[in-house]
Amino acid sequence: MEEIKTNGLQEKDEISEDMQLLNDVTKNEYKWGFITDIESDTAPKGLNEEIVRFISLKKGEPEWMTEWRLKAFRHWQTMEEPKWPNVKYPKIDFQDIIYYSAPKKKPQLNSLDEVDPELLKTFEKLGIPLEEQKILSGVAVDAVFDSVSVATTFKETLKEKGIIFSSVSEALKDHPELVKKYLGSVVPYTDNYYAALNAAVFSDGSFVYIPKGVRCPMELSTYFRINNEETGQFERTLIIAEDDSYVSYLEGCTAPIRDTNQLHAAVVELVILENAEIKYSTVQNWYPGNSEGKGGIYNFVTKRAACRGNHSKVSWTQVETGSAVTWKYPSCILQGDYSVGEFYSVAVTNNFQQADTGTKMIHLGKNTSSTIISKGISAGKSNNSYRGLVKVAKKADNARNFTQCDSMLMGDKCGAHTFPYIEIENDTARVEHEATTSKVGEDQIFYLNQRGISTEDAVNMIVNGFCKEVFNELPMEFAVEAQKLLAISLESSVG
Amino acid sequence: MLVIKNLKANVEGKEILKGINLEIKAGEVHAIMGPNGSGKSTLANVLAGNGGYEVTEGEIYFEGKDLVELAPEDRAREGVFLAFQYPIEIPGISNATFLKTALNEVRKYNGQPEATPKEFMELLREKSGVLGMDPQFISRSVNVGFSGGEKKRNEILQMLMLQPKLALLDETDSGLDIDALKIVSSGVNVFKNKDNAVLLVTHYQRLLNYIVPDFVHVLSKGRIIKSGGKELALELEEKGYDWIKNDELIEENV
Repeated sequence: MEEIKTNGLQEKDEISEDMQLLNDVTKNEYKWGFITDIESDTAPKGLNEEIVRFISLKKGEPEWMTEWRLKAFRHWQTMEEPKWPNVKYPKIDFQDIIYYSAPKKKPQLNSLDEVDPELLKTFEKLGIPLEEQKILSGVAVDAVFDSVSVATTFKETLKEKGIIFSSVSEALKDHPELVKKYLGSVVPYTDNYYAALNAAVFSDGSFVYIPKGVRCPMELSTYFRINNEETGQFERTLIIAEDDSYVSYLEGCTAPIRDTNQLHAAVVELVILENAEIKYSTVQNWYPGNSEGKGGIYNFVTKRAACRGNHSKVSWTQVETGSAVTWKYPSCILQGDYSVGEFYSVAVTNNFQQADTGTKMIHLGKNTSSTIISKGISAGKSNNSYRGLVKVAKKADNARNFTQCDSMLMGDKCGAHTFPYIEIENDTARVEHEATTSKVGEDQIFYLNQRGISTEDAVNMIVNGFCKEVFNELPMEFAVEAQKLLAISLESSVG
Repeated sequence: MLVIKNLKANVEGKEILKGINLEIKAGEVHAIMGPNGSGKSTLANVLAGNGGYEVTEGEIYFEGKDLVELAPEDRAREGVFLAFQYPIEIPGISNATFLKTALNEVRKYNGQPEATPKEFMELLREKSGVLGMDPQFISRSVNVGFSGGEKKRNEILQMLMLQPKLALLDETDSGLDIDALKIVSSGVNVFKNKDNAVLLVTHYQRLLNYIVPDFVHVLSKGRIIKSGGKELALELEEKGYDWIKNDELIEENV
């Protein structure tokens, strides 16, 4: 994959071939909107201490974990839903949500053959080949279906290197000391309303541990899907990169079409120790609601990375095309000296979607540096906000930040907003902020038309060009998928 | 190849073309000259199908097809090429992607197989060589950070790559120094053959020293008021547009 990326021309060829692929895509339909018919083992609606205990019991968790959940739940009850994001949605009734739903036929899975064939079919439809092709392409997959992790491929290969890649539930059984040490250490349950809720009710998620000096030989990947009606999905991801280690982690999300709004409140914690690096890529395509704004996922996510060692590095790359409402700020705490934080983001909103997304770069160590590249595309009647914080603490000598925030508008009924916050407590800091807003121009479209390129392809080309700096950061396979998603999300928004 | 009959067109509700009649045959080079605001660029844009221009009357036939009925991309695929007076920037899209996509769209439309990467690169090397372009430009974004001269050269390169039947050059000479003008002209001369045609829109006679037209038309206030051979351009250079305008006035008064 690295090889392809370095060959600029070949990459571009693939992009143009991809443009043709786009023509085949069906019009305006949320392609991933099918429902899988499997019996699921479901908790009753509503949330109280009993439900929290039920979830913990169902998962056979140790006592301390149950206690931690309960503390989180009690804390959550004292909190208020945040009102500051630039999004509007009706009040969520937290008693009207199902907090736990596991596919019923959940056996102890040792190999793919044991996975429910209905589930496998779902993954096939999603284009998540858990089977041969994916394995050949060298991606290890952990799939979280509704709330439970169903299959983790490639475990043996990873095991040889000492890498742990499993569901959090398994990790709680097999490596409780690691989970206990790091869970909640980056995002404590007191952090915010949805982080507290997640800590109380999270049902599963992925756990990754890369031992000292190990470079993970393949990309690790998780696929999330909400299937059950009225289910909230609260997964929790924890990744630990020990000294001198490296891992690239991919996460993808989809959900079927539902008339009602569903809640997704995830927490991702990354711990990066000395000289280690985590590259975390997300392609988020939760159901955005229909063209009248009905249905769709509320996506309230807390993602944070702690660069705890010197020369540690984290890179968040996200392409967000889905969800009715998104509220998400993947952040970097740059604690180690010379640590590096990067945030590359494409956020697309169409129809009635609302996104309030950005990042936080907290410079604590000396000579730390951060880069923020944010591309917001608004179409239809949507609203797209960038909200970002760059903070340089007193002791963070020679901190550097570069922020570039570009917005693109399609049509004249959408909105783009930028809320940059800069807090500097050290004179040696150098912080740059650039922002642009542009419209997809009729003149650009005509120019491409005049060279034989259809309007639809022209718009895709212009948008892809706009997002290029971010796509370049994605692993090749994901970049292609991201481009397709973008094209589908923006279909018929111009012309 | 191209037949224009009594063509009238509006821009933002204002009539700019007031009845153009013109016929261009394969193998011919026509030059449209005229003062600023006479409708030269409008004519080129109307032929290419720019949505900002509205045809209110008249007919345009290209190879027997009603051009007015065709979408701009289909006109391009049929072989109508417009070299823009102000080429547009497309940030983040490389010239390679852009050219290859355009080439394959045109080929696909005409039932030809798509160019393989190897064919494409060979064709590109050959054509950019004609224009003395630095091969590095291919990985740069379309027209972004290009100088005026580079942009015009890029237009001519696209023309050479796509091999249209009819090339409309909208003030391709404007803003070029003499060396760039020579290079661009030589590109057009390489392109020209008995099966295609060129329509030059220009304000100055200078370009016609390098690309020799078979016909020169003078456009004024949306009408072709005088047509002639290449010597007409020289006469215009010498006497200025007022000379014809006066003639026109006399004709109108009669």
